[in-house]
Amino acid sequence: MKTVIIKYNAGNVQSVMYALDRIGASYLYTDDEAEIRSADKVIFPGVGEASTTMSYLRNVGLDKVIPSLKQPVFGTCVGMQLMCRFSEENNTECMGIFDVDVKRFPAASGLKVPHMGWNNITGYQSPLTAGIPDNAYVYFVHSYAAPICDYTIASCDYALPFSAMLHKDNFYAAQFHCEISGNAGQQILENFLKL
Amino acid sequence: MLTKRIIPCLDVKDGRTVKGVNFVNLRDAGDAVELGAMYAAQGADELVYLDITATVDGRSTFIDLVRRVAQTINIPFTVGGGISSIADVSALLHAGADKVSINSAAVRNPDLINELSLEFGSQCIVVAIDTRYVETENGFEHIVHTHGGRKATEIRSIPWAKEVEERGAGEILLTSMDTDGTKNGFALELTATISGNANIPVIASGGAGNMAHFYDVFTAGKADAGLAASIFHFREIDIPDLKEYLKNKDLPIRMTR
Repeated sequence: MKTVIIKYNAGNVQSVMYALDRIGASYLYTDDEAEIRSADKVIFPGVGEASTTMSYLRNVGLDKVIPSLKQPVFGTCVGMQLMCRFSEENNTECMGIFDVDVKRFPAASGLKVPHMGWNNITGYQSPLTAGIPDNAYVYFVHSYAAPICDYTIASCDYALPFSAMLHKDNFYAAQFHCEISGNAGQQILENFLKL
Repeated sequence: MLTKRIIPCLDVKDGRTVKGVNFVNLRDAGDAVELGAMYAAQGADELVYLDITATVDGRSTFIDLVRRVAQTINIPFTVGGGISSIADVSALLHAGADKVSINSAAVRNPDLINELSLEFGSQCIVVAIDTRYVETENGFEHIVHTHGGRKATEIRSIPWAKEVEERGAGEILLTSMDTDGTKNGFALELTATISGNANIPVIASGGAGNMAHFYDVFTAGKADAGLAASIFHFREIDIPDLKEYLKNKDLPIRMTR
């Protein structure tokens, strides 16, 4: 099986690679369109800011490649947000795979932003969460979130309910960092590779 | 619900854990990777590795250790000690650290906080504040200290905490040198003041001696996370027991067993 991690100007993805090493999966880290298209599974990780990462994707044409992929694609963190329609982070038009807008957590809630740490996810509706206990804790670091919508396959609550995971056709996404989310995160990565 | 985090801290010298550790079930208690993996398995929510090596050779040993930790454990970890440049941070993040903690270098050159958060994102920049309550010309004040708490600065800790947030820190690691090592509990009032002012998470450190101290720091102290070293290393508190205790007192805690 060929797994590709999409290379772009996102922050450090070393921990994603180590997580795949731990489950014995080999992968290619590349931005080459042909390599991406020929992969069985595509991981679109992300640590960074929406507008800079999105303009980079546009410059190299990956903003057209990613939505046209047919194999299972898994976006995480900012990767997930870039797969939505729009992000309030510097008012960024994103790829629009998921027809939902990413919004900043409300400041008035009295809660700290970013939402950083372990929080529980609920309402599982996909094979990605198979074998994960109810209310599993996973590790989040983000200031923007997608609201609950038709594509929500797991939700979380911080100030208000939001989408912890999304799914539409061959596209899957998680707002949290599977790679450092303990056994639950590892299981989700394994489930994705088994799709 | 977002949980309160329990964070063991491991001091590392020449790639090995210092501070006597007393774990009968570990092959090599000085092996910082093995010890970290054990804490992760016990339910630690994050780990902090502090490099207390001063030499250049020790530095590359530490980066190698960071790589092995990242390869082994599947929870977040922060590394600190002697970090003073973008290049230092880059090397540690590329080795697989999730966050870096800066202390003296931020005091010497506060612009470094802005530069690092722009370059790598706020989420991975932790500013450590070592503070001590000392007499100044204005009476007693909380004053930032550097060099492991030995050297006083002119900086007042409470406004400094706000400044590091405004400059782009993603988290504050607050160590009270007054309570550190006493086992009499965390500095609750100061932690509550700083955490109450902050819109970023505050990790409280210094003074943990029993399980109730963690309850106090998460409630009266308003801390987002509690850090300790020797009480975990010497097994005075077992992490699973601590988490169960806090959970039973209705605090949001990530249970793993």
